[in-house]
Amino acid sequence: MAQAAEVRLEGVGKRYGTLWAVSDVTLHVGRGEFYTLLGPSGCGKTTLLRMIAGFVRPDTGAIWLDGARLDPVPPWRRQVGLVFQNYALWPHLSVFENVAFGLREQRVRGDVLRERVRAALRQVGLEGFERRRPSQLSGGQQQRVALARTLVVQPRVLLLDEPLSNLDAQLRAQMRTELARLQREAGITTIYVTHDQAEALSLSTRIALLSAGAVVQEGTAWEVYHHPRNRFAAEFIGAANILEGVVAEVRAGEARVDLGGGIAVRAAVPAVGAAPAAGSRAVVCVRPEAIRVVTGGAGGAAAGANALAGRVGAATFEGGRVRYEVELNRGLLVRADAPAAPGDAPAAPGTTVTVAFEPRDARFLGE
Amino acid sequence: MSRPATAAAAPGGALRARLDPGLTALGLVILGLLGAFIVYPLLQVLWVAVAADGRPTTAHVVAFLRRPLFREALVNSLVSGVAAVAGGSVIALPLAVLTTRYAFPGRGLVQTLAVLPLVIPPFVGAVAFQQILGRSGVVNLFLLETLGVSVPFMEGLPGVILVQTLHYFPFIYLNTAAALAGLDPSLEEAAQNLGSHGPRLFARVLLPLALPGYAAGALLCFIRVIDDLGTPLLLNYTKLLAPQAYLRVTTAGLNDVDGYVICLILVTLSLLALWGAKSGLRLAEYTQQARGPEFEPRRLRGAGRVAAWAVSGGLLGVALLPHVGILVLSFAQVWSFSYLPTRWTLGGYEEILFRAPHFVWNTLRYAVLAAALDVVLGAAIAWLLLRGRTPAGHGVPGVGALDAIATLPLAIPGVVLAIGYLRVFHGWDVPGLGQPLTASWLILVIAYAMRRLPYTVRAAYAALQQLHVSLEEAAENLGATRLRTFRRVTLPLIARGLVAGGLIAFITSAVELSSTILLVPRIELGPIAYGIYIYMQSAVGRGPGAALGVVAILLVAVGTALTNVVARRTLGAAFRM
Repeated sequence: MAQAAEVRLEGVGKRYGTLWAVSDVTLHVGRGEFYTLLGPSGCGKTTLLRMIAGFVRPDTGAIWLDGARLDPVPPWRRQVGLVFQNYALWPHLSVFENVAFGLREQRVRGDVLRERVRAALRQVGLEGFERRRPSQLSGGQQQRVALARTLVVQPRVLLLDEPLSNLDAQLRAQMRTELARLQREAGITTIYVTHDQAEALSLSTRIALLSAGAVVQEGTAWEVYHHPRNRFAAEFIGAANILEGVVAEVRAGEARVDLGGGIAVRAAVPAVGAAPAAGSRAVVCVRPEAIRVVTGGAGGAAAGANALAGRVGAATFEGGRVRYEVELNRGLLVRADAPAAPGDAPAAPGTTVTVAFEPRDARFLGE
Repeated sequence: MSRPATAAAAPGGALRARLDPGLTALGLVILGLLGAFIVYPLLQVLWVAVAADGRPTTAHVVAFLRRPLFREALVNSLVSGVAAVAGGSVIALPLAVLTTRYAFPGRGLVQTLAVLPLVIPPFVGAVAFQQILGRSGVVNLFLLETLGVSVPFMEGLPGVILVQTLHYFPFIYLNTAAALAGLDPSLEEAAQNLGSHGPRLFARVLLPLALPGYAAGALLCFIRVIDDLGTPLLLNYTKLLAPQAYLRVTTAGLNDVDGYVICLILVTLSLLALWGAKSGLRLAEYTQQARGPEFEPRRLRGAGRVAAWAVSGGLLGVALLPHVGILVLSFAQVWSFSYLPTRWTLGGYEEILFRAPHFVWNTLRYAVLAAALDVVLGAAIAWLLLRGRTPAGHGVPGVGALDAIATLPLAIPGVVLAIGYLRVFHGWDVPGLGQPLTASWLILVIAYAMRRLPYTVRAAYAALQQLHVSLEEAAENLGATRLRTFRRVTLPLIARGLVAGGLIAFITSAVELSSTILLVPRIELGPIAYGIYIYMQSAVGRGPGAALGVVAILLVAVGTALTNVVARRTLGAAFRM
């Protein structure tokens, strides 16, 4: 199959007028990786992808594919397969001819051509659709044809531009699994663009989180989720309680952060980076699922955990869980997710509760 | 463009329409007008071709096809249509690719100039070409002096085809350029991503995708070429269908069956071509449905830029020769066997502005009246089409027919309509007019209005489509009657589109010849196009004829400029499907 390649971007930037759509992006995508560019719309992720495909010329920096400069190479010689967000299937060609297009460009003919097209269609579960026109296919089927059309030429890198965004929710989940399988089977280096954090977390070996044209954080899904670097990262990926305050003291690997109004929380001092100093401002992030809601006094909280008194503002049953909004003193709101077991009815609004979380689940964030 | 059949009116439309006798009356009046001036004359003409003693027969058609002259005319018409399309493609396709795929200084100018040939009457171009390429024209003069040979560019059928090609290629250009510009850019990028580029990319992806648009333009060009009467008449080559029809009616008389058979053939060919163009465009629509970002043309520099200028300059230079030629000719007193006139004069202008000013005056009068009539009819028809029926087509009776009839003039050659008018309105006095309609200049206004009606219907339809029905409902909800709502809300909001459509009707009416030439009752009632035709019959008339041509070009230029001000690029849009 495809010889998996590595992609390197160094100081890549693109300017439209006075606005830098992408500025000084440096990335390294390893062989066989499933690498995701994640970010809100307008963050420059699609521009980056189109630069790798050769449809946008970077104003600064360089792009390397397996150690060779890619940016002077025209799009048609790059051997990087791009799957378009709108699929871009040619309406004048049948499914077979759409998939055969790239092979014909490589002068593949006859039985070899037929066999490879058929194999590619088999791979995406579309055998027997060869003679259809793209307009006769459902959105999910068009998506598969677009994938087969790109994979059949065995590109060195697979680029996917929001491939699931035009599908309905159920199909999206199914295609997500299928994409992961196809990528694993092909062992192809893949760069995936999405604004959907759930897709990014479940598919990627690594994620680059982008905002305003720059990389905010890069790491495995686990790292990015559990060690968000700043407020944007914490809030964009998953839900987060952001607590702002002043470091009161630092002792035994824990810092006590005073949130004002007599509320203080203890948070683990990060293992790397500068330790917070007493008296400095601090932003702490706690994921809702790390917070327990305990009824009947602070005694229910484990020893050593933060325990804050509050009142249930709202309890929303969401099927697998109950999402609480707990009001602490001074109107500070904390969101907490509790498993919804059939036995325990959720605490009613107005109930006095204790919210509890371990200091190691409270993360210091940079700005 | 005109697809009213898919339009949806308000859910209550059927009920409201049925309850409104005024609306029904309006629909019936318009239907009656179109029936009297489009459908009935057309059917009369066709009936004569296929009937004998009140019974249907194929005898006339068979007899027609037995006559060698007519067979030759039929073949020649088809040949000229095909040849003009082929030649026009050679000019139009490079220009379309150049102006949609590449950016270079002067691109806008090329786009504008590429439409210009359409706006002078082709027969004016024919005269100018005689002067430049004719037997004693500039080019042959040069060839004789240098090489001692002369080439009969303008003789016979090739001359007709040359003039028609250079006049009608903008139809192909406009439609192809629109198809290319509307393509989803990711369709091209996907091909590049899979290793395709250059001519292969063009042949495998761009060309097939633009093909329906190109086909539509080619078929429109074909319709116009076989419908063209002025060019063959002025070049004195009559072995074509349109001039044969004209000659039969003017020489053999109104009761000669052969002229009607020719009309039948012309209408059939036009309808087939129009139908083909429409189905081609239905195909094209779905290549353009998934609109991504607009395609960004590639910037040309250095050699690429020079090449772009050379190609467009070369192609347009030839196509715009008639404009230059006619201008020079209008000031010429003697221009024979010399590169430029040997004696200059303002006599031509003196003649047409002071001695015989009626040609210009008549044109203004007829074209303004026809355009005004078209605006009123177009607005009413578009309104009935969009607001007077439900999705199921119920509501005002005959609305569906209205749509079809209002499009029909695109497929009726001017000669055919004129012959129909002569047949229907000749020989009986219209009450109140005291003479037959065909003896009055009113017949010209009616002919122009009917021929150009599709333009204003389309313009009004497009404008009205942008206007959400709730704006009108809000007015009615606040107590305005249907009529007052139309005047206070609808009309101001669609006025721009209406005026633009009216201007196009004016421009194209001002240079109409093919029905004019048959319908002008007396020489002093003729418009510019007729004047040019008359003047050009004699050598001394060429100066005044050319001066009239210049006036026609100016009229059209002013109209075009106004159209551009009112609604950007509507003139080009009018000649697209």
